Order: sequence, then structure tokens, then C-alpha cells
Amino acid sequence: MSVEPAATRLRYQGPLIAWLVLVWVLLWGTFSWANLLSGLVVALVLLALLPLPHVVGGARVRPLPLLVFLGHFLSDLVVSGAEVAWQTLRPGGVRSTAIVQVQLRVDSDLLLTMVAEATSLVPGSLVLDLDREQRVITLHLLPARDLADVERKKAHVLVVEGRLARAFGSADDIAAVERDEQVRAP
Amino acid sequence: MSALADVIAAACLLAGAALCLTAGLGLVRFPDVLSRMHAGTKPQVLGVLLVMVGAAIRLDGWANAWMLLLVAAFQLLTAPVSAHLISRVAYRRRHVRRDLLLVDEFGGAGHQDLRHRGDEPGDAPPGSPRPSAGQSS
Repeated sequence: MSVEPAATRLRYQGPLIAWLVLVWVLLWGTFSWANLLSGLVVALVLLALLPLPHVVGGARVRPLPLLVFLGHFLSDLVVSGAEVAWQTLRPGGVRSTAIVQVQLRVDSDLLLTMVAEATSLVPGSLVLDLDREQRVITLHLLPARDLADVERKKAHVLVVEGRLARAFGSADDIAAVERDEQVRAP
Repeated sequence: MSALADVIAAACLLAGAALCLTAGLGLVRFPDVLSRMHAGTKPQVLGVLLVMVGAAIRLDGWANAWMLLLVAAFQLLTAPVSAHLISRVAYRRRHVRRDLLLVDEFGGAGHQDLRHRGDEPGDAPPGSPRPSAGQSS
């Protein structure tokens, strides 16, 4: 491991330490200083033994767009859960599916990961492949009724990406999304 | 008041259990691996979340609720990852019902390897007999 300035390491590893301590305290169920300190020790030992790569382009959180994203995410989760549940129950079974590629706009590892996670869970799609350099995500769509339905689902992925970029992205990401949305708007 | 909470908790638990049942049904009824992974992610995750909500209402005390919150968070984080890995392998092994695909934008030149052909009916090359079971791997 290369030696880095302590300040940089703390900046990149700080959120990870905070997350590990939070998980530790939640697992114990009650907050106490003993839990907090032991969690801190466990987190530091874990990071020393199993060092993780830095998450580049760290996240900034904007509260209002985050709430917008979470609200849509929950409603999408319920809708798509109900839709797939219906597909399993309906008499005819699954008739047609589709594999599509969508060109994403954001350019950060963290955001692309979030987009992949969110699209797996929400709009009838499942991630097959993510080309990091070209920023192309490949999805499997389950209820693909017709070509218009496929196009609508592809557009929805871009909408989810836009919400995530506004909630967590850098100014560059938001600008890229907005440029593309202006091009698409008739 | 507590009767109302009980009713809500029971409704959440039953709905969650029903969704998990449909996830299991989907595993049996869906035609190929990729479709089955849909059943393994969406209704199942939603079902687990509803069961967690119901349990959190019914169980007293914050200690349990925090634990359930962690379960829900890790379910949301990990289910897409495992589904992605399995479906990626399935796609490469050609366990895809191509006859059901409305659109396939992924089947570029780099992905059409004949050696790693799957054993689904849609994978058979046009005009050639089906490979026998012994050759499939």
C-alpha cells in the first residue's frame, strides 16, 4: 500500500468508517459509548486488514432531490413488484421479453452503481451488463408488450438516472443530464 | 389503538408473504433464467420489505426495529447484485429463450460465440439439428 497523507485517507475512508460504525451500532440495537467505541475499533481493524479502493467523485447529497428520488423509488418498487407478481399469476404466462441498451449520461462510478441498483429494482428491468467506458447499460425487460412499451421503459431508465444525478451527482453530471434532456425534448 | 396497529401489521405480513409466494411461483413458471431473476428481485424484495414493516410494528422496542432496518437495507443492496451476476452468466451461457425476445440490442458480433451455445430451444442455429445432451457443455 502506498503511503498517502492522512487527510486524504480520512476524507475518502471517513464515510466508510461512519457506515461500518453505524451498522455495528444498529446490530447491537442500542446506542452506548461502549458500542460506539468498539464499533470504531472494529471498523478500523477491518479497513486495515481489508483495504477497499477509494470511491472516486465522492457523493454530495441534496436533500430535496433525494426525497423526490426516494418517493418515486418506493412507488416504482411497489408498482413493479405488483406487476411482476401479476406476471407470475396470469394464466398465459410470460409472452415476450426484450434486451435493450441505454446510453447513460452520468460519468461517475458511484452514480452508475446507483443507477444499476435502482433500475434492477424498479421499472421491470434487470441489469445484464454495464459498459463503464461507453456508459452503456444493458437491460433485460420482463413484460415487454410491444415496441412502444420497450421505448417507454428505456425512457424511464433515463428519468431514474436524472433523479439520481440531481440527488447525488456533481454539477458536471447534472449539466450532462440537462443537456441531453434538452436535446431529447421536442 | 393497538388493535389498529395489529391489523396493519397483519396486513403487511400477509401481503409480504403473498408477494414472496409469487416470487416462488415465478421461479417455476417463468420461461428462462433471465425472467426468473425478475421474480427473484422485485416481488421478493418488496415482500421482504413488507414483512419487515409488519414485524417492526408488531415487535416492541427500537432494538428490533434497527435490526429489521438493516435487513431491509442489505436486501435492497444485494438482491440486484446477485440477480445481475446470475443473469450475466446465464446470458453468456446462452440460457436465453431467444424466441421470446421482442428486441435484442445486445447480440453484437462480439457476443455470438458458437462454442458456448446454450441448450434452450431458441438457441439452436437455424437449419441445424439440436445438439445432443452430451455436447451441451
